[in-house]
Amino acid sequence: MKIIVGVKRVLDYNVKARVKADKSGIELANVKMSMNPFDEIAVEEALRVKEAGHADEVIAVSIGSSQSQETIRTALAMGADRGILIETDELLEPLAIAKLFKHVVEKEEPGLVILGKQAIDDDANQTGQMLSALTGMSQATFASKVEFDGDHLKVTREVDAGLESIKVKLPSIVTTDLRLNEPRYAKLPNIMKAKKKPLETIPVADTGVDISSGLSVVEVNDPPKREAGIIVNSVAELVDKLRNEAKVI
Amino acid sequence: MSTLILVEHEDGDIRPATLSVVTAATALGGDVHLLVAGNDVAGVAEKAAKIAGVSKVLVADHAAYASELAENLSALVIKHADGYSHILFAATAAGKNVMPRVAALLNVSGISDIIEVNSDDTFVRPIYAGNALATVKSADAVKVIGVRTTSFDAAASEGGTASVESVEPADISDQVSFVGQELSNSDRPELTSAGIVVSGGRGMQNGENFSMLDDIAGKLNAAVGASRAAVDAGFVPNEYQVGQTGKVVAPDLYLAVGISGAIQHLAGMKDSKIIVAINKDEEAPIFQVADYGLVADLFDALPELSEALAGA
Repeated sequence: MKIIVGVKRVLDYNVKARVKADKSGIELANVKMSMNPFDEIAVEEALRVKEAGHADEVIAVSIGSSQSQETIRTALAMGADRGILIETDELLEPLAIAKLFKHVVEKEEPGLVILGKQAIDDDANQTGQMLSALTGMSQATFASKVEFDGDHLKVTREVDAGLESIKVKLPSIVTTDLRLNEPRYAKLPNIMKAKKKPLETIPVADTGVDISSGLSVVEVNDPPKREAGIIVNSVAELVDKLRNEAKVI
Repeated sequence: MSTLILVEHEDGDIRPATLSVVTAATALGGDVHLLVAGNDVAGVAEKAAKIAGVSKVLVADHAAYASELAENLSALVIKHADGYSHILFAATAAGKNVMPRVAALLNVSGISDIIEVNSDDTFVRPIYAGNALATVKSADAVKVIGVRTTSFDAAASEGGTASVESVEPADISDQVSFVGQELSNSDRPELTSAGIVVSGGRGMQNGENFSMLDDIAGKLNAAVGASRAAVDAGFVPNEYQVGQTGKVVAPDLYLAVGISGAIQHLAGMKDSKIIVAINKDEEAPIFQVADYGLVADLFDALPELSEALAGA
């Protein structure tokens, strides 16, 4: 069985996003970029599934600019077997991304696709669900545990009231939540080895997939700034302020 | 123009999240219809019909809708989507599971987590953990939207007189089945709709120490939350997590105890009306957003706070 994992190049999670002066988006020139943290968890899970003997190949797929090759190389250094980059300089909406993943799924016929539940740039949380809807593969989002059971998966999901478990028939789309695993660090020899692993680049136009979007960004603004308040000196003063000034207790 | 909303309900009651979605729908203008899916949900439909601003309630009663499986709910929404200009979901774990499927099946973009309605096609949504707000405009024939419930007041649950109409269930998937759930049994208010939230971070040191927060929450009728660091460390279960990838809360009072204030945590609570921070590190970023800060060891401050509240 093949596993496909999605890896997205995003602004590093430790870097504060700054809105461009012309309000067209976020400043991404000369800032540190990294793999979306939820995708690191996806890569790790795919590798563990393979190491447990349930899969024989892990393919890391990214959709983005040529620099996304670095993100794929990171996945290869962690242990993925090969990479596919669908190259485009456009910022695509989740619907277009899901259609492009469907294109790859039809070609590679994986038994399992593992994606991050959301990317920390647009925070959309859509691609996995859309891919499931478009391909008919079963859906298990926000996974905190994935267990194999014959031709099914039992997936424990993080939901608002706690945990829920569902059983899905393979082939499946799983999206990762934070507690699924702790991703490994790539070791230096593996980083060297990753440079020799196959990485296929496909221009987005060659896929024939319609990537047009009905959604456009009018402008991007800073959020209203919250001013720091005052430092109180004691618990008694705090309780007094909350009762008599803020009147919230 | 008309809007269809997928209703969330449990134990016969409509979840407060749905009432906020109704308010967002009212801001769009046009008729507001609700879709109730569940097993034996005549009572829920009756309650839905009383929500102010709603003109029609569609009810799909089927045993399979007892669990909120995305395949089944998205198929049902699609089956009854004809004629609607907008289809709205709460941006909850359940809503996020279904909304993108409906968008994809209609071949339109999904619009996640809107916090403002500018017009019937233009919306504001946070990106980058709320460090920026994107105004987006949709040219799609149907707008499929997730609504951040803390950004819209709850619609009145009484006063409406909508008609109730039974509708056909859609095909039920044989690819997925519900196995079970482990839900927290708390008599505290629900985190995302509580008026006061008391949250703990890594500074709490372990799960047992959260009993100090439970004690204070009890006295304030508050919900208890946590930072990602506290959840990752195993102090408390995942449903406590407030932040970019956990729950978004906006209570009247948010009390952050032993929480440093990472960007991803602020994303989940910075719209709270009053923020209080208790932290022994005076450099902690949480103080930059706090209305009242107390630089103190939480193990001294919490017992004192508990006593002060008891004396009320």
